[in-house]
Amino acid sequence: MSQQESLYEQIGGEAAVNAAVDIFYRKVLSDERINAFFDDVDMEKQAAKQKAFLTMAFGGPHNYTGLDMRKGHAHLVARGLNDSHVDAVIEDLGATLRELGVKEELIAQVAAIAESTRNDVLSR
Amino acid sequence: MAIIRYAKDNYDLEENQSVLDCLTHRGVALPFSCRSGVCQTCLMRATGGTPTEASQQGLKDSLRLQNYFLPCVCYPDTDLEVALPDDADAQAVIPATVKSLRLLNADIMHVELESHAQLDYRAGQFINLFQHQTLGRSYSLASVPHQDDHLHLHVRRLPQGRVSGWIHDELRPGQTVELRGPGGDCFYIPGDHAQSMMLIGTGSGLAPLYGIIRDALSQGHTGPIYLFHGSRDLNGLYLSAELRELMAHYANFNYIPCLSGDDVPAGYASGRAHDIAFEQIPSLKNWRMFLCGHPEMVRITKRKAFLAGAAMKNIYADAFNVSQPL
Repeated sequence: MSQQESLYEQIGGEAAVNAAVDIFYRKVLSDERINAFFDDVDMEKQAAKQKAFLTMAFGGPHNYTGLDMRKGHAHLVARGLNDSHVDAVIEDLGATLRELGVKEELIAQVAAIAESTRNDVLSR
Repeated sequence: MAIIRYAKDNYDLEENQSVLDCLTHRGVALPFSCRSGVCQTCLMRATGGTPTEASQQGLKDSLRLQNYFLPCVCYPDTDLEVALPDDADAQAVIPATVKSLRLLNADIMHVELESHAQLDYRAGQFINLFQHQTLGRSYSLASVPHQDDHLHLHVRRLPQGRVSGWIHDELRPGQTVELRGPGGDCFYIPGDHAQSMMLIGTGSGLAPLYGIIRDALSQGHTGPIYLFHGSRDLNGLYLSAELRELMAHYANFNYIPCLSGDDVPAGYASGRAHDIAFEQIPSLKNWRMFLCGHPEMVRITKRKAFLAGAAMKNIYADAFNVSQPL
């Protein structure tokens, strides 16, 4: 292990996730490109899932596997989830971090982690 | 070594093993996902012993106070008895005597029950009342512990409602009924006494709100409290006199009765309760929200409140889902 701070630590760890989760979820719910996917979900449970997603995207501790990602989104793929929706989510994620004053180079790293789940999320 | 007790079986917790792993490794089927204390899929409740502090991090205050915890990140040193959140068997059946029954309006019955055993509840939680062993329904508590001697319910008569029909037509004072509870996380938590609070209820959704408001006021809440109670017409509202009296007593309490029908006399707001609430108070940043009653109203309002700036952890909701007749 290097002495350098991890991405998760640089962004601000759990406190940053907590600060980001409501902002991010509000952006997603207000985003006409994707909010229809969230119409029938339990908001409380969804917020917890968003938090788990952000923790992972920020490079934090998680135990998600590609299989979890596939299982978790299969019902959405059946409803037409495609690349444009993943793009929208990554865009909203970047906007959230910008709003919180996170540096662009870190935002790019977060976007890359989110990007790495794309094929699993879309069951490809 | 700590022992985990689940569904009447004992499981030895191994060193550095989480409660979730301890149970699932021995074949107990439990829901879980992230296994890192974030997604809350594996949420359980400790019915005996105290869960570790780390396993309650990130949970809503009202869940924490009821010993809910995340078993995937719980590594206890002492024994724990655990149950799934919806495990009704985790609570004992308590007999209660019907003390009084009186109509609050044409459809809603005020039911006063004297519990035979101490029921440790918070105003706004619900109990399950049983007509017989397998037929029970959830009713919110309108009473406040230490303030009201007995348990108070507001039972709305539903078309073809088996339990509500029984309560309205057959139940008599002096009769003994069985209940289980309490449950639910829609209640007042002291701590931020100056926080602004908005409560929106339709129909008998007023029951938990009436308890929560009186609980908050008696605990010295100083921030503004706005209650929007909605119904279609005047006949659907109730406890108006009591609420106006409360308003006269507490300068920080505001009662706004709302009528969504055509006939709206002076002194009542015209429109649906949640529409009027958002019209009057468009920005809800730092507000605490309580939403009770019609499931569709609760669903829409929760989302709107969140988008209007209320934090998810500050939104408490109880949707009154109606059991579909078989």
